[in-house]
Amino acid sequence: MASREEIVTGLADILNELAGVEQADVTEEKTFTDDLDVDSLSMVEVIMAAEDKFGVKIPDTEMQNLKTVGDAVSYIEANQK
Amino acid sequence: MSGLLEGKRLLITGVLTDQSIAFSTAKLAQEAGAEVILTGFGRLSLVERTAKRLPKPVPVIELDVSSKEHLDGLADKVREHVDGLDGVVHSIGFAPQSCLGGGFMDAPWEDVATAVQVSTYSYMSLAKATVPLLSPGSGIVGLTFDATVAWPVYDWMGVAKAGLESANRYLALHLGKQGIRSNLVAAGPLRTMAAKSIPGFEQFEDEWTKRAPITWDLHDTEPAAKGILALLSDWFPATTGEIVHVDGGFHAVGA
Ligand SMILES: NC(=O)c1ccc[n+]([C@@H]2O[C@H](COP(=O)([O-])OP(=O)(O)OC[C@H]3O[C@@H](n4cnc5c(N)ncnc54)[C@H](O)[C@@H]3O)[C@@H](O)[C@H]2O)c1
Repeated sequence: MASREEIVTGLADILNELAGVEQADVTEEKTFTDDLDVDSLSMVEVIMAAEDKFGVKIPDTEMQNLKTVGDAVSYIEANQK
Repeated sequence: MSGLLEGKRLLITGVLTDQSIAFSTAKLAQEAGAEVILTGFGRLSLVERTAKRLPKPVPVIELDVSSKEHLDGLADKVREHVDGLDGVVHSIGFAPQSCLGGGFMDAPWEDVATAVQVSTYSYMSLAKATVPLLSPGSGIVGLTFDATVAWPVYDWMGVAKAGLESANRYLALHLGKQGIRSNLVAAGPLRTMAAKSIPGFEQFEDEWTKRAPITWDLHDTEPAAKGILALLSDWFPATTGEIVHVDGGFHAVGA
């Protein structure tokens, strides 16, 4: 089980690789779209990569609720196997 | 559905996410015994990642249908994997934002031209690029959204689809001599990336689920995929230039 900090770091790595976001910019209060400037296709890819990395399934219907990095971290923390 | 497509080699375009109609099509095709080759556009890393979620590994060939170079090279790229094809799926559509969401009267020609090139003309271009690989009895299937009426917010995409429906009939006419069939599936609304990029598309989603005589699930692309694969199977040997509605029966009822 990954801790909250580990999930943030993991997401920062993914966001850096797939959307060119600086790792240091990835903090829990940031929104994906407005603060980190991740477009909708990159977001889909980031979510898929996060699913693979953390062993979670993030349904399409849930994706729209994940506005901030913290939202994603909470969802992954609660649902990881 | 096991065995329906045993031994068939299919080229499937349009896989982007696992919500894509083409993704279900590829998945069910593999499960029914087909050998699948994908083409991907634009964000290939995403296409490859999505492709990894299919039951069996698949090659992904890059294809932008507006690139002459890609189209000219397609047959040879496909030949690196298979000697020929038994079916081609065209699951491609795009219109710039100005063409959608109520912008019908203001969309500039350049944007409309893009929509028509990618969504309509490409049906012929893809067929032309793959004809050298197709033998008698094989088929091409595309996807439309019922273009016999005007829909709110669909605007120039609706016009492009009306053109696609006509192009389907002309393709049937011109490829008939070679024994190649061309058909479309008219799918009901599905929550894919393409649909989500149309502002206000939700408007008729609700109508659809309420009015369709049989259940229509906005999140389930498998019924549309099954329609596509049925048309590519050996069970529609004398059907071409046709549009099969996979829409819960919505098109058949008035209210
Ligand atoms: N989703 C619906 O409600 C619905 C309903 C009826 C018909 N359709 C049609 O189904 C088809 C597939 O769409 P979808 O709903 O699965 O969405 P999707 O977004 O998953 O697929 C659309 C595909 O078109 C591809 N594409 C765009 N421009 C391209 C280009 N220049 N070259 C090559 N490929 C290109 C994209 O990469 C993507 O894979 C489209 O023709 C669409 O119009 C969709």
